[in-house]
Amino acid sequence: MADPSSFAPPSRIVVAGASLAGLSAAKRLRQLGYSGDLVLIGDEPYPPYDRPPLSKQVLTRRLSTDTTLPQPRDLDIDWRLGVAARGVDLTARRIDLANGDALDYDRLLIATGTRARPWPKPDEASIDGVLTLRGRDDADRLVPRLAASPGRVLIIGGGFIGCELASCCREMGLAVTIVESERVPMRRALGERIGAFMAGVIRDHGVDLRLGAMVERIEADNAGAVAAVMLKDGKRIGCDLIIVALGAVRNVEWLEGLGLLTSARGLRCDAFCRALRANESPAPGVFAAGDVAHWPLVANDGHLVTVEHWGNAVEQARMAAHNMLAGDITGMRIHQHLPDFWSSQFGLNIKCVGLADSAEEMAIAQGSVEGRRFLAVFGRKGRTIAALSINSARWLPAYRALIEEGAPFPPIEGAVDQPRMRKEAAGFASIDT
Amino acid sequence: MKVVVDLNRCQGYGQCVYAAPKVFQLKGSEILAYDPAPSDQWRDEVERAVHACPVRAISAEFDNPPVESASTE
Amino acid sequence: MSQDTLFARILAGKSRPNPYPLYAIMRKTPVARQTDGTYVVSSYDAIYRLLYDPRLSSEDLPPPLLHWTGNPIKDLIIDPIKEQIRARHRPFIFRDPPDHDVLRRRVMREFSPERVRAMRGKTEKIAHDLIDNCQSREQIDLVDNFSYPLPVTVICELLGIPREDEPQFQGWATQLATALDPDQRSDEENWKKSQITFDQISAYMQALIDRKRADPQEDMLLGLATYKDPSDGRMNNYDLISTAVLLLVAGHETTVNLITNGMLTLLRHPEHLERLRATPAMAPRLVEELLRYEPPVHYRTRLALAEIEIGGVKIPKGTPVVLLLAAGSRDPDRFPDPDCFDPDRESNTHFGFGGSLHYCVGAPLARIEGEVALVALARRLLNPRLVETVPRYHPGASLRGPRHLPIAIDGIID
Repeated sequence: MADPSSFAPPSRIVVAGASLAGLSAAKRLRQLGYSGDLVLIGDEPYPPYDRPPLSKQVLTRRLSTDTTLPQPRDLDIDWRLGVAARGVDLTARRIDLANGDALDYDRLLIATGTRARPWPKPDEASIDGVLTLRGRDDADRLVPRLAASPGRVLIIGGGFIGCELASCCREMGLAVTIVESERVPMRRALGERIGAFMAGVIRDHGVDLRLGAMVERIEADNAGAVAAVMLKDGKRIGCDLIIVALGAVRNVEWLEGLGLLTSARGLRCDAFCRALRANESPAPGVFAAGDVAHWPLVANDGHLVTVEHWGNAVEQARMAAHNMLAGDITGMRIHQHLPDFWSSQFGLNIKCVGLADSAEEMAIAQGSVEGRRFLAVFGRKGRTIAALSINSARWLPAYRALIEEGAPFPPIEGAVDQPRMRKEAAGFASIDT
Repeated sequence: MKVVVDLNRCQGYGQCVYAAPKVFQLKGSEILAYDPAPSDQWRDEVERAVHACPVRAISAEFDNPPVESASTE
Repeated sequence: MSQDTLFARILAGKSRPNPYPLYAIMRKTPVARQTDGTYVVSSYDAIYRLLYDPRLSSEDLPPPLLHWTGNPIKDLIIDPIKEQIRARHRPFIFRDPPDHDVLRRRVMREFSPERVRAMRGKTEKIAHDLIDNCQSREQIDLVDNFSYPLPVTVICELLGIPREDEPQFQGWATQLATALDPDQRSDEENWKKSQITFDQISAYMQALIDRKRADPQEDMLLGLATYKDPSDGRMNNYDLISTAVLLLVAGHETTVNLITNGMLTLLRHPEHLERLRATPAMAPRLVEELLRYEPPVHYRTRLALAEIEIGGVKIPKGTPVVLLLAAGSRDPDRFPDPDCFDPDRESNTHFGFGGSLHYCVGAPLARIEGEVALVALARRLLNPRLVETVPRYHPGASLRGPRHLPIAIDGIID
């Protein structure tokens, strides 16, 4: 750590990854008065754009897939778009680009995010009519396919993206099947109880929801277009369009073997957003933020997490920006974000604060499950760690404050519009079975 | 113009829908759907929406520099 | 100054022209117990948290008072039943979910963006007509000549209430608005008066709605009366009347103060009046800053349904709580230089319309009225100036605003 250049004010900052996190960091750097060189590298040819609308209103309202994020005019960024980062030399403090360019840096922010997990069999993944959805190009491919009124859309994976897509399809009047290997949809984020509730909602909206089911193979017709999937149990489902929604893969391959601590869970960093080397010491001048970062969350007892949510991308990037300018560690701050996310599907607004997936128990704290407007709280070791609202977002700020305080579980009793509270098993994969 | 809404912050007050109904819509009771790239003709309306949002969740950037800046954090 | 008497000082009439120094003292104890057991909450953070806290109920009106008539059937059966029904069907500002949400949703359905936005042009015409009426005057009373008639005309038009009935309901509305002030509603005489007034205005509304049903025209009241919800059908008549009364009262008692306080502030900051005249496009942000700096509603009351611990203070179950919104909107921990009137302020998340479930239903209409009114006044009054530095105020501490605002002018610009 006795690297004097770490303490000198930076004169060139390079951000690898020109998405929400990259832009948020750039904005914050300028806000904090940084006036040196600022380079943003993005593998896509587009300036930073927003992803959540791509699986929602962009599809149903036939809006432009141009979801470019607003940015202040005076950012003075040296854009390197349409060119991926290829490697980094930690000693020389240099980043190499796929087009052969190399850039020296005083500080480097790695925010290369994730990409859609492809269908594992490449020959089937390349069949005409098998798509994924992550970026603008994906949405551009998907929009005309949906507009062509396919007879049935089949979605592999009942996570958030899969369910949001199914909701869009139903809104557009399309027949849709979801094939999900778990017993309930979105189980990893919502747990068994809420997942089961959502399964009911999804089916009520006319989705053919196949739970505990797995796709064995994808079949093409004679013309080479997708025709059907064969499930592991031998059932065959005919379809004209398949969207593979199996989650995301972290973009860390370009960092492998260069001395940084990477894994399938992302690039390890500490609570100050500093990227770690293989020996778990911070790499001088290198920081990480957003979906690619694998970091210790104070609110989760310091356990390592990766958070693939919009709010964390913004906040972690802003904190990384601050710490990049902080000089030594005494000026740095800990990224203490309480993760939050939203999803909208089937007429429901789903919002969550805290990480529910380590919960042992849960309870319905407000509203009515039958009325499809309620708030659920999640607890671990007697403390409240998360709250999830279904069409009841206005209660959430009170619960956020209670979670931040480490309030007992359940946190509130004797409230307005509160059913008789009953503690139930939360039903996350990690604690049952 | 470019518009983004921080939907973690949004609580579905719907004030933006009154200000700029061509750009913002409430679906169901609290889902906010919006056009991320609306025509500049709605500029005054979007600017009203930015200021009317009770939680200041809307950011907008206009294609041409505004007379008075409306871009907010 | 002890916290015990601070809120009483805020309520006292002589604090009305400038309660803000008292609010600053109040904020030093963000959650402060008063001698009567009420807790007053005055910091931005604490108010924010409690606005969203489900342990605070809005069902905090005092119980109805029964007057003995000597007729046992009336005193023991009819009146108690009537009062029970009335209590159950209170206006939704005084109700909690789920009932509150159901009623509010019905109102929002009628208070649609199309209907509200259509009022902008009408409001402009009303504003300019009112200013035209001041031609050849050297002095006007902003309240009587403009701020009062403008929102009354607008809300009558929107609801479908004959404007010419205004002399009838003006007194009723003023009386009912006192229900927002805890000191006034804890006054037995005044509370009794409010109940009688509610009977009178209810009878008026009932007759009006009956007439509408016989001769249907497109307006909000008829919409409320006739809409059949797919899950729970038509609104019952008790809720219909109390909702109609609420919309009428809230639709003008507050906006009067927004406009009057707004013009008073602009006359005290002539550089902003000049800026608004030159750049009407700044009106939206100017109105937001007014809602922070001189809001029409200074506080709202709630009832703690369970013990609430906040900022190290325990608010006991059953305790009345005052959320001093106007103090929160001037909290230096949230707003830099809070006592400075600055329309260019960033991130102006004021409490001018409250927050959470009970966020002002009429906010979009109030914004239109505020913008239109102030732009019209800025553009058309020639050389306006205050006649007295401190105007006379209405008695209310919650719905706070001048009773009169004399303004000297050199003429009206066409």
